[in-house]
Amino acid sequence: MSTDKKILSLLSDNAKYTNEDIARMLGVKKEEVDSRIADLEGQGIIRKYTTLVDWSRFDDAYVSALIELRVTPQPSDGFESIARKVMKYDEVETVYLMSGGYDLCAIVTGHTFQEVAMFVAKELAPMKEVISTATHFVLKRYKELNVDLCGNISDDREKMSF
Amino acid sequence: MINYDKILNPTVKDIKPSGIRKYFDIVEEMDNVISLGVGEPDFATPWHICSAGVHSLENGHTKYTSNRGRKELREELARFMERKYRLTYDPMEEILVTVGGSEAIDAAIRALVQPGDEVLIVEPSFVCYEPITRLAGGIPVSLKTRAEDNFKLTPEALKEKITDKTKLLIFPFPCNPTGAVMRREDLEGIAAVLRDTNVMVLSDEVYAELTFGDRKHVSIAELEGMKERTVIAGGFSKTYSMTGWRLGYACGPAPVLLQITKIHQFAIMCAPTTSQYAAIEALKNGDEDIKKMRNEYDLRRRFIVDRFREIGMDCFEPEGAFYAFPSIKKFGMSSDEFCKQLLMAERVALIPGSAFGESGEGHVRASYCYSIEHLKEAAQRVQNFVSKL
Repeated sequence: MSTDKKILSLLSDNAKYTNEDIARMLGVKKEEVDSRIADLEGQGIIRKYTTLVDWSRFDDAYVSALIELRVTPQPSDGFESIARKVMKYDEVETVYLMSGGYDLCAIVTGHTFQEVAMFVAKELAPMKEVISTATHFVLKRYKELNVDLCGNISDDREKMSF
Repeated sequence: MINYDKILNPTVKDIKPSGIRKYFDIVEEMDNVISLGVGEPDFATPWHICSAGVHSLENGHTKYTSNRGRKELREELARFMERKYRLTYDPMEEILVTVGGSEAIDAAIRALVQPGDEVLIVEPSFVCYEPITRLAGGIPVSLKTRAEDNFKLTPEALKEKITDKTKLLIFPFPCNPTGAVMRREDLEGIAAVLRDTNVMVLSDEVYAELTFGDRKHVSIAELEGMKERTVIAGGFSKTYSMTGWRLGYACGPAPVLLQITKIHQFAIMCAPTTSQYAAIEALKNGDEDIKKMRNEYDLRRRFIVDRFREIGMDCFEPEGAFYAFPSIKKFGMSSDEFCKQLLMAERVALIPGSAFGESGEGHVRASYCYSIEHLKEAAQRVQNFVSKL
């Protein structure tokens, strides 16, 4: 595995690793890690450092839904311009072009089911390219980004053993 | 009233409960302790392996297996030994499935050692060899390894201790607690000393797959003339993160294995059936898991060794297992005292090197079976402690 790939894999696992930590783990100089990360950021390969939050454990309303959009592709650019239009909304967290039974998948977040449903009804469904929508609310997040969101974090080993 | 003191076996009574147990108990009771004291992987057993165990239960495989272990498992073990170390063992007569590597070690020592036999034990090392040797009536003779030799066993040190009474050499590499490995060129010299003797080797290779760097583990049995005098004890615990499944194996010459199998047959019957099914899956499809975990340990290994050195502790480069074994000699206290003070002052738990034999004095064992964040916090606390000494 190349050093760049190792860095990316470490950071995608834990964005809190400092460049110094990474240098130690990979056995390279910190300056090398600094410059490689700067390059990866510059090239847009590293897009953002973020945090995986389990909102269900936080005392605040949080709802997300996966919206299937069937749309009419445009003669000039297919799905491109529609996808870009959909992704403009702050409510839309994620947009993918999909294979299979529908075309675009949008993940929409909000505070209540009502709020998300109304956003779809008022903003996405009426778009002239959109043929139909189907809204699937997320009821429980079990696992995300390789993290088990159900279990409690605990180490069930004895503290000491030979 | 029964006087238990009179009726209990004096050999057993004389086995040290090991002063270290008290220290362990203190750690277990203490809050906010950051421990680097664990000798087992933090990874969960890979799910496809667990799943094979679960399926075996669903399919009603809840009976004893043959004493030697399921044939399919022994055949897979034979393939594993061939694939990894180019060692050919007959699954019918030269492989036994045991309850952890520990049972393989125990039964091998008991099958070989008679009262009065001398057993050479490389030190510092895992704590079980000496008591088991004593229980068999053997006389433990320690072969001290030194940081200057990268904790490798030298042919000279070995030669010096061989007598007419020497029956067995216990050869634990990669080594817990030092992290030392014996590369092929190191093994050549050892094999040269042993070839013309009747000394058998018990090669404890439970950490074999956790050998770092570009070169793989070499078993002493791979060297010319050594297979016939070597029993390998191996296990699934460290290799596949399966400590709780309690499964290991012994490979060796048929006449020796026959006797080891007798002990196993009467003491244990057979290794747990569910675990055997899981182990078949591990051997068939687990090579990638080994690689993934090894890479992860390797990151942690570099991290912790680098931190210890930065703190100013001399730390020998461990090339196997999952322990660092830094020296604390410059701080002018015993490893026991160092660990106790560190625990009280900063609530970090390490294991004193002296727990692994006299020659471990002057060092402490730090396991790196922990997340980087955990290691980072522990290292910071050790630094706080050491900077005040």
